[in-house]
Amino acid sequence: MIGADIQILMPEIVLAVYAMLALLAAVYTTKDGMAPLLTWATSGLFVLLAVWIGINGQGTNIAFDGMFVDDGFARFAKVVILLSAAAVLLMSEAYMQRRGLLRFEYPVLIALAVVGMMVMVSAGDLMSLYMGLELQSLALYVVASLRRDSVKSTEAGLKYFVLGALSSGLLLYGASLVYGFAGTTLFAGIIEATTDEPSLGLLFGLVFLIAGFAFKVSAAPFHMWTPDVYEGSPTPVTAFFATAPKVAAMALFARVVHDAFGGIVGDWQQIVAFLSVVSMFLGAIAAIGQKDIKRLMAYSSIAHMGFALMGLAAGTAFGVQAMLIYMAIYVTMNIGTFAFILGMERDGRPVTNIESLKMYSKRQPLRALAMLVLLFSLAGVPPMVGFFGKFYVLRAAYDGGLAWLAVAGVVASVIGAFYYLRIVYFMYFGEEGEALDGKLNPVLWTFLMGSALVMVIGVVNLFGIEPMAAAAAATLVN
Amino acid sequence: MGNILSLTTFLPLLGAVILALFLRGDDEAAQRNAKWVALVTTAVTFICSLFILSNFDPNDTGFQMVETREWLLGLQYKMGVDGISILFVMLTTFLMPLVIASCWDVKTRVKEYMIAFLILETLMLGVFLALDLVLFYLFFEAGLIPMFLIIGIWGGKNRIYASFKFFLYTFLGSVLMLVAMVAMFSAAGTTDIPTLMTFTFETENFSILGVQIIGGMQTLLWLAFFASFAVKMPMWPVHTWLPDAHVQAPTAGSVVLAAILLKMGGYGFLRFSLPMFPVGSEVMGPLVLWLSAIAIVYTSLVALVQEDMKKLIAYSSVAHMGYVTMGIFAVNQQGIDGAIFQMISHGFISGALFLCVGVIYDRMHTREIDAYGGLVNRMPAYALIFMFFTMANVGLPGTSGFVGEFLTLVGIFQVNTWVAMVATSGVILSAAYALWLYRRVVLGDLIKESLKTIQDMTKRERLIFAPLVVMTLLLGVYPALVLDIIGPSVSALVDNYETALATYQAATQFAAN
Repeated sequence: MIGADIQILMPEIVLAVYAMLALLAAVYTTKDGMAPLLTWATSGLFVLLAVWIGINGQGTNIAFDGMFVDDGFARFAKVVILLSAAAVLLMSEAYMQRRGLLRFEYPVLIALAVVGMMVMVSAGDLMSLYMGLELQSLALYVVASLRRDSVKSTEAGLKYFVLGALSSGLLLYGASLVYGFAGTTLFAGIIEATTDEPSLGLLFGLVFLIAGFAFKVSAAPFHMWTPDVYEGSPTPVTAFFATAPKVAAMALFARVVHDAFGGIVGDWQQIVAFLSVVSMFLGAIAAIGQKDIKRLMAYSSIAHMGFALMGLAAGTAFGVQAMLIYMAIYVTMNIGTFAFILGMERDGRPVTNIESLKMYSKRQPLRALAMLVLLFSLAGVPPMVGFFGKFYVLRAAYDGGLAWLAVAGVVASVIGAFYYLRIVYFMYFGEEGEALDGKLNPVLWTFLMGSALVMVIGVVNLFGIEPMAAAAAATLVN
Repeated sequence: MGNILSLTTFLPLLGAVILALFLRGDDEAAQRNAKWVALVTTAVTFICSLFILSNFDPNDTGFQMVETREWLLGLQYKMGVDGISILFVMLTTFLMPLVIASCWDVKTRVKEYMIAFLILETLMLGVFLALDLVLFYLFFEAGLIPMFLIIGIWGGKNRIYASFKFFLYTFLGSVLMLVAMVAMFSAAGTTDIPTLMTFTFETENFSILGVQIIGGMQTLLWLAFFASFAVKMPMWPVHTWLPDAHVQAPTAGSVVLAAILLKMGGYGFLRFSLPMFPVGSEVMGPLVLWLSAIAIVYTSLVALVQEDMKKLIAYSSVAHMGYVTMGIFAVNQQGIDGAIFQMISHGFISGALFLCVGVIYDRMHTREIDAYGGLVNRMPAYALIFMFFTMANVGLPGTSGFVGEFLTLVGIFQVNTWVAMVATSGVILSAAYALWLYRRVVLGDLIKESLKTIQDMTKRERLIFAPLVVMTLLLGVYPALVLDIIGPSVSALVDNYETALATYQAATQFAAN
């Protein structure tokens, strides 16, 4: 029995064991000297695991009496998480190396965070949910303050930790209420408890749980940590925050509201729709005044989470599918954008001021063009793939009876278009400014161009992601 | 020949890709090559479109040369052409080589400039040929990107403001249309345009926040589409982006904007608003008619007081588009015939007028009317051509401008005499501003020192104007050339509209009894 359970958990176990072995190996040998090797090895392992999960996974497997669920939905999320984490690790290697930040703990912590995320998306029980969430969060708190001698970085880490602890507290409180009123922590049990008129305490617990998730996906009004943490953390870490953890948290969000509370869609739909509309508008409006591109990306990610939540708010299988597609597209766009931001340097020092991009297109036409494509994609202008993400969630929201949310969403996207265009303005229309360095690490170049190319070519068929997402969503909502 | 439409549409894109990948350097030779590649591509595209025209059967009112392929989410890649869209396609392919030829003297970032125009051509053709809602939206919206860049990079002093205004204004209009498209997709289960044309959307009245909506869902959908097309058209009072965009855009950009991009709004009304939401059109029709009448008079008056030539012509475009919307929402054969005719003719005339401004702008680098005067003394050929297009703009019989205005006025007179009366006064006003402009710029004595050495048009410039003069005259004296092609499709459109309306009225009457 236990053997079968472990079989199901194999990818997570492999990754966890790898992380611990890597830690030991580095500590007992050359320490930071091993860091580059570990970084490459870790991202290689991520890719291998993604392939393994993608090809090998079949059907719905339940381990440990429902504590851990390995279904199509979890596998879809895991593949996206693993691949994006691998991409970010690869992108960060050269950057961290040059600034003396490439400690051996970095890849190890990222690996552990990814284990946490994988447990999160597969959680079938409030306990395993919390375990995965905390494993992820604790690793991320440390990574945020990786640049120990920088005030901003330590501030980012501390802020993230304190606010993260608060949100974990909220979540835990919600979980305890749910346990108290449902009598079980298993999702399968909770959903039974909600079939007939759910008790008030259960709904109370649900609200606290959602507040905790909203913090993790950085949805307004629980977004306050995002800009500061994005700005303060080293850029590769910011790139990581913007991708894999968002997918994991969003998948977890979908898992809980559908697996545990799928019987009372009407009760949480309102809350999610509210989070969605507030996030979209806050992200769109607050980003306008930003001068730092990392802060801007923070607000941009808040707005994007608003759109992803719109799919979730629909409360249907199609909504979950739309959300998954949206997240996959969002992650791809962000990897490209951060590859660009990582390459913004002047005299070898990182620059994050948007104005430093003045007339970038004159000096680096190709890179400026790739960024242009990504920006229009982020803004959701067709024919870039970003538009299709928006189209899916709009369709889901409309079909889910939330036409007002769809209208609000498109209005917010127009406001949001302004700040993406503002970057285009600096790159293409503005006056000459002090030049940025021309060199770009080949890895970054590849990711930037690849991501931009995906945004354009994806218009043909979105690389066949649609049926996969549909199958994944079908396993979650039936 | 099975996919001639796709071939024509994507040929310019292919040219753009070739330019982007294979053309290196920014020296004189590279710039010349870029221009030649672009010119040849657009010329070949025009030849391809001639094949479409020769294969086109005007008496078949359905869609012809249809291509269908599966796409995502139940959407289709579907292209086709009918009597309403074919002439817009021809207009686009006809004008683009002239546009490319007109920017022969551009010196900055020539390669990118050509790429932007080639991509823009693909997107414009796509708009007119798409037979799937989302595919249409894709082309419609994507056209904003190259135009935004054209205004922003190659535009005048205040280009940043103009490009942002252009983008955000039109973007806001069209996202509402996107939501409406999602709603239609949801209601009809398909985004196939021919199917949707025969689908009847819900017309039951309901109220939102206490406001009674007559015509229900159809009216709401109509309004969402109206938001997009009215901005694109542009109609008063959402026209304010146009003068800014025109003034700041480079000459070629202005030509494309006035001659082709504005027509997307009118095309949209004909393709979506009338056939898909007849009840909505009927409910909101009077509003459009009055807005058009106001646009004609108001913007003509505004044009009178302009000091910038391009701005004057831009306002005159808004006034002329007023005739188009008026003709469309008269919903009878003459009105719609006239509207389409007016759009085609305006494509030639306004394009030519912007080129005329471009000719002297290239020499003097100012568009101030006051900076000119007495050009006829040094530029006789220019004076003649400018005269010709000024007259065409006024609507002199014998030019294509007359036919369009006359037909729309005939159409509207049968529907709403008051609107017709107000609109007719616009004919006089257009003569006032156009002739006055001409007098101030071309006639009189040449007293300005700076103008004493100005040169007349070069051979290249004359060559660009020649086809435009021919078309304007040809359509002016033989309008059947256009009317024979659009006639059957328009009459089918009007018939369907009236049938749908009769069904609706019968149903509401039945309910009332």
